Amino acid sequence: MRTSFFARNPSVPIFLVLLAAFTIGVTILGEAYGTGDISTSFTKTLGKTLCLCLIAVALDLVWGYTGILSLGHFAFFGLGGYMIGMWLMYERTRAIVERSLANAPIPPTPQEIVDGIGTQIFGVVGSNEFPVVWAFADSLFLQLLMVVAVPGLLALVFGWLAFRSRVTGVYLSILTQAMTLALALYLFQNDSGLRGNNGLSGLQNLPGLGSVPQSKVSIWFLWASAAALGLGYLLAAWIVSGKFGSVMRGIRDDEARVRFLGYSVEGYKLFVFTLTAMIAGIAGALYYPQAGIVNPAEIAPIASIYLVVWVAIGGRGRLYGAVIGATFVSLVSSWFTGGQAPDIPLGVYTIKWVDWWLIVLGLSFVGVTLFAPKGIGGLVDLWTGRRAPDRHGADLGPDQGSFREREAGE
Amino acid sequence: MSLLEVSGVSVSFDGFKAINNLSFQIGDAEMRAVIGPNGAGKTTFMDIITGKTRPDEGRVIWGEKSKSLLSMSEAQIAREGIGRKFQKPTVFEDQTVHANLLMALKNERGPLSVLFWKPKPDDLARVEALASEIALSDQLARKAGELSHGQKQWLEIGMLLAQDPKLLLVDEPAAGMTPSEREHTTSILVEAAKTRAVVVVEHDMEFIRRLNCRVTVLHEGSVLAEGSLDHVTSDPRVIDVYLGR
Amino acid sequence: MRTWATALLCLLAGLTEASAQDTPIQDILQEHREIILESSRRTIEPAIQAMASSGLPQAQTVLEAWQDKNIWVRTSDGLFFRADPAEGRSYTLTDFDTGAEAGTADKDDLEQIKPNSGIRGLLGTALVQFQLMDPNPANRRSALLSLERRPDPEALVPLRGSLEGEADPAILARKERLVRLLTAAFDPDEPARIEAIRGLEGDTGVDVRATLNPILTTRLQVFEGGIAAEANVARQLRPGSEAFPVAAAYDLLVADGLVPARLDNDTVKSALAANIVDGAVAGIPVADLDTQEARARAYAALVEAGTVQPGITEIEIDDELARFSFAEVYVEPSAAVTDAARDTLRSISTRVGIAQAIDLGLDALSLASIYFLAAIGLAITFGVMGVINMAHGELIMMGAYTGYVTQQLIPNHTASILVAIPLAFAVTFAAGVLLERLVIRHLYNRPLETVLATFGISIALQQLAKNIFGTQARPLTAPSWLDGAWSINDIVSISYIRIAIFVLALMFLALFLFIMKRTRFGLETRAVTQNRRMAGSMGINPDRVNMLTFGLGSGIAGIAGVAIGLYAKVTSELGADYIVQSFMTVVVGGVGNIWGTLFGATMIGFLQKGIEWANPSNTLAAQTYMIIFIIIFIQFRPRGIIALKGRAAGD
Repeated sequence: MRTSFFARNPSVPIFLVLLAAFTIGVTILGEAYGTGDISTSFTKTLGKTLCLCLIAVALDLVWGYTGILSLGHFAFFGLGGYMIGMWLMYERTRAIVERSLANAPIPPTPQEIVDGIGTQIFGVVGSNEFPVVWAFADSLFLQLLMVVAVPGLLALVFGWLAFRSRVTGVYLSILTQAMTLALALYLFQNDSGLRGNNGLSGLQNLPGLGSVPQSKVSIWFLWASAAALGLGYLLAAWIVSGKFGSVMRGIRDDEARVRFLGYSVEGYKLFVFTLTAMIAGIAGALYYPQAGIVNPAEIAPIASIYLVVWVAIGGRGRLYGAVIGATFVSLVSSWFTGGQAPDIPLGVYTIKWVDWWLIVLGLSFVGVTLFAPKGIGGLVDLWTGRRAPDRHGADLGPDQGSFREREAGE
Repeated sequence: MSLLEVSGVSVSFDGFKAINNLSFQIGDAEMRAVIGPNGAGKTTFMDIITGKTRPDEGRVIWGEKSKSLLSMSEAQIAREGIGRKFQKPTVFEDQTVHANLLMALKNERGPLSVLFWKPKPDDLARVEALASEIALSDQLARKAGELSHGQKQWLEIGMLLAQDPKLLLVDEPAAGMTPSEREHTTSILVEAAKTRAVVVVEHDMEFIRRLNCRVTVLHEGSVLAEGSLDHVTSDPRVIDVYLGR
Repeated sequence: MRTWATALLCLLAGLTEASAQDTPIQDILQEHREIILESSRRTIEPAIQAMASSGLPQAQTVLEAWQDKNIWVRTSDGLFFRADPAEGRSYTLTDFDTGAEAGTADKDDLEQIKPNSGIRGLLGTALVQFQLMDPNPANRRSALLSLERRPDPEALVPLRGSLEGEADPAILARKERLVRLLTAAFDPDEPARIEAIRGLEGDTGVDVRATLNPILTTRLQVFEGGIAAEANVARQLRPGSEAFPVAAAYDLLVADGLVPARLDNDTVKSALAANIVDGAVAGIPVADLDTQEARARAYAALVEAGTVQPGITEIEIDDELARFSFAEVYVEPSAAVTDAARDTLRSISTRVGIAQAIDLGLDALSLASIYFLAAIGLAITFGVMGVINMAHGELIMMGAYTGYVTQQLIPNHTASILVAIPLAFAVTFAAGVLLERLVIRHLYNRPLETVLATFGISIALQQLAKNIFGTQARPLTAPSWLDGAWSINDIVSISYIRIAIFVLALMFLALFLFIMKRTRFGLETRAVTQNRRMAGSMGINPDRVNMLTFGLGSGIAGIAGVAIGLYAKVTSELGADYIVQSFMTVVVGGVGNIWGTLFGATMIGFLQKGIEWANPSNTLAAQTYMIIFIIIFIQFRPRGIIALKGRAAGD
């Protein structure tokens, strides 16, 4: 009965090998260390996609396995980006300010340098003072800690409030959506301390590494993202394969039953919600330096909805499904909306993919929900012959109960 | 000295009194059948004990230390040693029989200890033993959803036993079972009642007769009669309630 | 005095027998000839005064001609005329006294009086008194309006004089009110002024506050030693208090040139930079000057060497400040007047506060009715079918666009709105039924799947609207009879559109209650809500009920779209803007009950307005706070204000 972890989860070694092969392949074909067949900007796109895969894995944990349809995980993703962005922006601005003050006849005091940075960063929102939230911006270590701590804390507080009052199902989804909307609206204000709708920018420049070309930086970030995704996937697989995973799926299928078995469902939900928020924070912290800018629009509810779309299309309830969905949909989306897809002339009307892609995506999403609830990952089942128990049409979500069959006497 | 003492409990939903000044007690290692017509409040009674429904008034006292169950959550009550089997078989159909039993096994329930938990040989042996008790030894690797209806009922009883509760609440265990399956169910319950308290809610008088235990009759949310099956079935009020409408 | 006498004499003369040689107007003009020709704003006053107060009927004509740059002086004899261009270079002259033609003159013989804009303003004011008594009521009203906009101390006396002859009661009332205001603002007679101010107590008009507030204008004043006794002090300021920091006080003294300037960072830095000798300042290496202490030491060394001026120290600043007193002083010198104005304003502000609260309440009510309209369809589908329709916002949008398209086809706004409302209902009803048949029907018992599928539809519909109508906002114009607002007073007012939306919301509440309680369909719907299988076995077709319910909910969304489109611009994101609030309304209100939705909408509407009122500068923050409030609210009522209990709750 008991076998090794990898033997029980054959998808894990396969995934890790593929990920490693992908990373090596991009490195060989990239501009910095290889042939240059893959441009720097496309390397960045690939690196960003890996980060999206990581947050998709996180969402799969919380939705596909635990049954909490969170429409707010991009809030944590964005917060992670903001946390690392604060350090990047602070340190880079410090370098600029120090360079400009170096020419002054009298050397600047430390306070003058800080004031100079403040003016540079916050001039755009009509301020020049550092808000409290920037207290640790000069410390990479502390900001890295905040990458996991701030999303984790937000998830902990929100989750505690929401789960404690036994809000479930659709209600909970709407509350998570409200949470991300509230955060986005808050950050949109100029006095939120994070530069309002300007967001944090210039994040692609690593402080102290100004001489390193972006082609190299992009490969480094690709490596970091791949490592994070690999570790995140491993962690997620480990969690879901053990008894904890059993309880998670139990909560998804029938949380009342789990409660009567003596498990505090709320504690488990809170644990998963907070953990995935932290993973999302890490993914965001790796994503935004590659994107170069993070602003409140990134946190808007629609972003989290797209995340759900990816996982659903890829196939929830299985980790590789989340990865496949995020990769496939985000790359195809950027291909269509990037104007690379050829237009289709229909005589009277030309279908421009930039305009019509979203409609296709929306409708195919409806189609997947209706006809292929297992998503693309369901194809793997056809291949391996894995068969789910007959559920008589019931789904994976937490419904009124579990997948009870109707009793003969009822 | 009783294990569970329910006294003067009432609960109403939107003016409808589902439970009305109900009192009930049960001792260690006792089997008790609860019968009553539809709407007598049997399920609500179980909901109150297991913490799913909070009563408007009354007391529910548990165990040697006489703890009140009213301030506890469902999970805490379950950890105190009250196991419940639902009317409809509720097992985790997407998981194997083995995983179902393993999840129910009496162990630490906190998220962190569960996360780092690894089954010890003892645990595995216990699962094997339970599986043979509920006649599912051959089915351990199968998904619970693939089991037959009766097998699911047994699996759920097996999960209850895995929890090692002091009190078992069993709601209609024999519903939808074949006669031979019923017999097996009876023997499992009788065996269980030797070491712990068991409360069985059932409609089927034949089944109750085979359990051979004290019977409590509920009607309109309160106890109508209590005693041996023959005693209560000869009670004119009970006959009135069952046949009079 | 002589002017008055002359004028009086002339007037009498003019009234008795207007003989040809009486030329009172020309006399006045000649009397002020110097300043008229000089045409300077500073000196012209007596001339205008004399003309305006002459009491002559022709005075108005003269002033008007003057304002129109139509007074000319004949250089040959220095007489003033009106001159109109005639043939060639000649002008036709008109005598001011008789109004008769007085021959022609060559351009070279004439000199035009060109009043500058300042003088023309003065002339305008002087003309007001004539206009105030103009026989044409329209002219009187426009004169009043210009006075109301630009109150003028000079107008007080003529305005008072014009009261007596006023026949039109409405204009009379306006004049009397203006007299009160002008008296309060300008009357040199202090008791009369105070009485007028006190008489305005409790009047919430904006004009009253505009009159009284300037009386209480203060300015910050510095007194050497104690505060001068004659100053009308609003409040004394102590340097170092929170409202008046030492730095501000000292800067004020510096600005008035009373004390030497402080040493600020920049001064020190430039002084240091100017005194760098061999990479060091006063023996301290430049590289070490990166702390304030090092700089202070270097500067002190420079002071000692006599190279720079010593700066003023903290203690010296305190000493300097002690020599002066600071106070906010009323510009108005009379304390009695400012006291009266303050008292009156205080009494007014209480009333204004009440009125503002009412106004806020009305605003909140109209916002609540919009949320109600937007959420009611959502609540129906959620309550009856347990289905959350994420595309609900897009149905609202669809309704709004239907209204827009209707308006393109039917130009008459009233007719188009009357057509658009049922049309929007029909379009969205059909869309809803289609959605139910094609998608939602297959997803019953899978509520989260419905959320996902309707997301997809929402994304597609929004993009489709963008493709068809573009991204720019489309107007949906309300009929003209809905323009404007119903003003109860200067503070409380509510636009007719909002009233209409409120009425619409009430109508829908009534309609919904009627359908649910009084019709067969409502009965069936309630039956299906309570027990789907039981209803099915009693011959009710749950599929049909679900379809119609969904259609009804969608149809109401369409009408809500028209209503919202009337006061917001129609864009493809219109629905998305309201969807979260609609969800909140349903969540707060509780599922499956129309009253819950009503309470939810009311609560959210009032809450939002309340937060906006408390924090008016930031509507974004208002939304954040509201969502946080709702998350906390859920803690106490997880199932909303009106929650189903027991078995019906379905848990």
